[in-house]
Amino acid sequence: MANASLLSVRDLTVKFPRIEPVRNLSFDVSEGETLAIVGESGSGKSLTALALMRLLPKAAQITSGRIDFSGRDLLKLDDRSIRSLRGKEIAMIFQEPMTSLNPVLTIGRQITESLRLHEGLSAKAARLRAIELLDLVRIPAPHKRIDDYPHQLSGGMRQRVMIAIAVACRPRLLIADEPTTALDVTIQAQVLDLLDRLRRELSMALILITHDLGIVTQWADNVVVMYAGRKVEQALPEALFADPLHPYTRGLLNASPRLKDDYHYTDGPLTEIPGSIVSAIGENGCPFAPRCPIVRSGCRTRVPDLLVPAEDRLVACPVIFAEGERHVAARGL
Amino acid sequence: MSLLAVSDLHTHYAGPSGTLRAVDDVSLTVEDGETVGLVGESGCGKSTLGKTITRLVAPTKGSIVFKQEDITRISERSLRPVRRRLQMIFQDPFGSLNPRQNIRDILTAPLVVHGYGNRAERAKRVEALIDRVGLPRTALSRYPHEFSGGQRQRIGIARALILDPELVVCDEPVSALDLSIQAQILNLLSSMKKDLGLSYLFISHDLSVVRYFTDRVLVMYLGRIVESADNRTLWAQPKHPYTRALMDAVPDPSRRRQAAPISGDLPSPQNIPSGCRFHPRCPLATDICRTVDPALTSFGPTHQVACHHADAA
Repeated sequence: MANASLLSVRDLTVKFPRIEPVRNLSFDVSEGETLAIVGESGSGKSLTALALMRLLPKAAQITSGRIDFSGRDLLKLDDRSIRSLRGKEIAMIFQEPMTSLNPVLTIGRQITESLRLHEGLSAKAARLRAIELLDLVRIPAPHKRIDDYPHQLSGGMRQRVMIAIAVACRPRLLIADEPTTALDVTIQAQVLDLLDRLRRELSMALILITHDLGIVTQWADNVVVMYAGRKVEQALPEALFADPLHPYTRGLLNASPRLKDDYHYTDGPLTEIPGSIVSAIGENGCPFAPRCPIVRSGCRTRVPDLLVPAEDRLVACPVIFAEGERHVAARGL
Repeated sequence: MSLLAVSDLHTHYAGPSGTLRAVDDVSLTVEDGETVGLVGESGCGKSTLGKTITRLVAPTKGSIVFKQEDITRISERSLRPVRRRLQMIFQDPFGSLNPRQNIRDILTAPLVVHGYGNRAERAKRVEALIDRVGLPRTALSRYPHEFSGGQRQRIGIARALILDPELVVCDEPVSALDLSIQAQILNLLSSMKKDLGLSYLFISHDLSVVRYFTDRVLVMYLGRIVESADNRTLWAQPKHPYTRALMDAVPDPSRRRQAAPISGDLPSPQNIPSGCRFHPRCPLATDICRTVDPALTSFGPTHQVACHHADAA
């Protein structure tokens, strides 16, 4: 965390006509760092990514906040400036590469597009660079593959192509939204390995958006847990898994069979989080209150502040300290 | 006698560029009250195997014996009483629920088809099931699109169980669900099994879920079972290099930035490699692996492995 801050998001709120899927969200990403944003569907994690890219759907509006990217407020840039930044300094990859790749263009054409646009390379130079990039993302026989169409590649290879396109202009920040969710577990490991290698080799920062807690511990330097549009906890991965604080984070870790390997159905049921995230809609206080095992009456009326129980740690729940089970000096942020 | 006994089963599809061997010589059993896990990556043939067992897809060769009756080639008409005892739950219940029928009609239809009771008895059965899967009775007059993924899977479970089956083939029943909802559905399936004495063939790509939820595990690769063992043995002593790679690929919270255990993609089932089908990706592969297809060999009462180098493990 010693590195300089590259991206600083402050108090970001995204509003649709009837709901606010991202509410008062703040976080920082340092140069070369991997920040994981974890949450389930409906947590607002993907909309956050789209807001950073200024790619929100038309119905959405950013009603408050700042997004500072190396000294510039992205929310104040005009369309032209944001276009020259997007794909060049900030790039993004998505869950399903098949829907983001153009099926009627060769992968070579799709990689060279941004090289010619942003770097002004000639067709020939761009092609050579594209072959280098395919090699960089470990696609075998890149000089042949460059003329393939997306459907000729497997899911893992398509995601590698997306990554090659994303890093073509050596971005300083890569946002990966569920990059391995559609992939098999052995391929997932290869793609995460690749992303981490590129992060180091190209000195870029990485925002890894995922619902998979296992991925987070392994690959992130810092973790933000989101629930119903709000940040409910932030921690270094080791601390988060050793000692989850927020009742939602605790619930997720308990509900996950992966993290208690010896536990078998004959030993007893998994710990459930009752209800669903839909219950957060219209809640005036803590969004997790309707599902929370330690909810107090005050939780339903006021959104809890983020407390700082330790260095590099934030949690939006005062009740865990009031319980008496934990003697951590909590101070308001 | 096993509740289900599948022998030498093949399901091949004819395609323009050759035969696709989705299921390629598989034998397995499910005993009464047992949950058998079938684990593998996409394209390994596990879903086709599940659909072949429930006769939604026609087998090419081999036999399926359910409750001592050979159902491999019996007619649709003779299948009807079998279907009552042999049901299936799918990954995406939305795709398998008729969007124009309300939940009451969806749940009543199988009862009508199978001639269950009179109108009042059917209504009673439908209400009992909707209570049992944890949905309010008001759900009965609503339509599939009005429900969340977890609620739809509860409806899918109610529909599969309404005829009181003995074996349920569950094809990735929790893969599309959020983590907090996964636990709810697994707990529901587990308590239903206890209450109704069900057996499950549980198809999943998620090893952690398989480890928690099953009694015995079959590992499938490119149309073939490559390892089979009881749950505890498999996790204590995985012998097939593919099984080990699968386990190593699951992110381990205690390790940071681990390297990928195996390289390469799953080959196409239209072009299965010679010899051992795993050899192009296998770290232990030698000459014999390229030429000789290894048979499943016993390594203990419940443990079978198809690997020339299983001893080395």
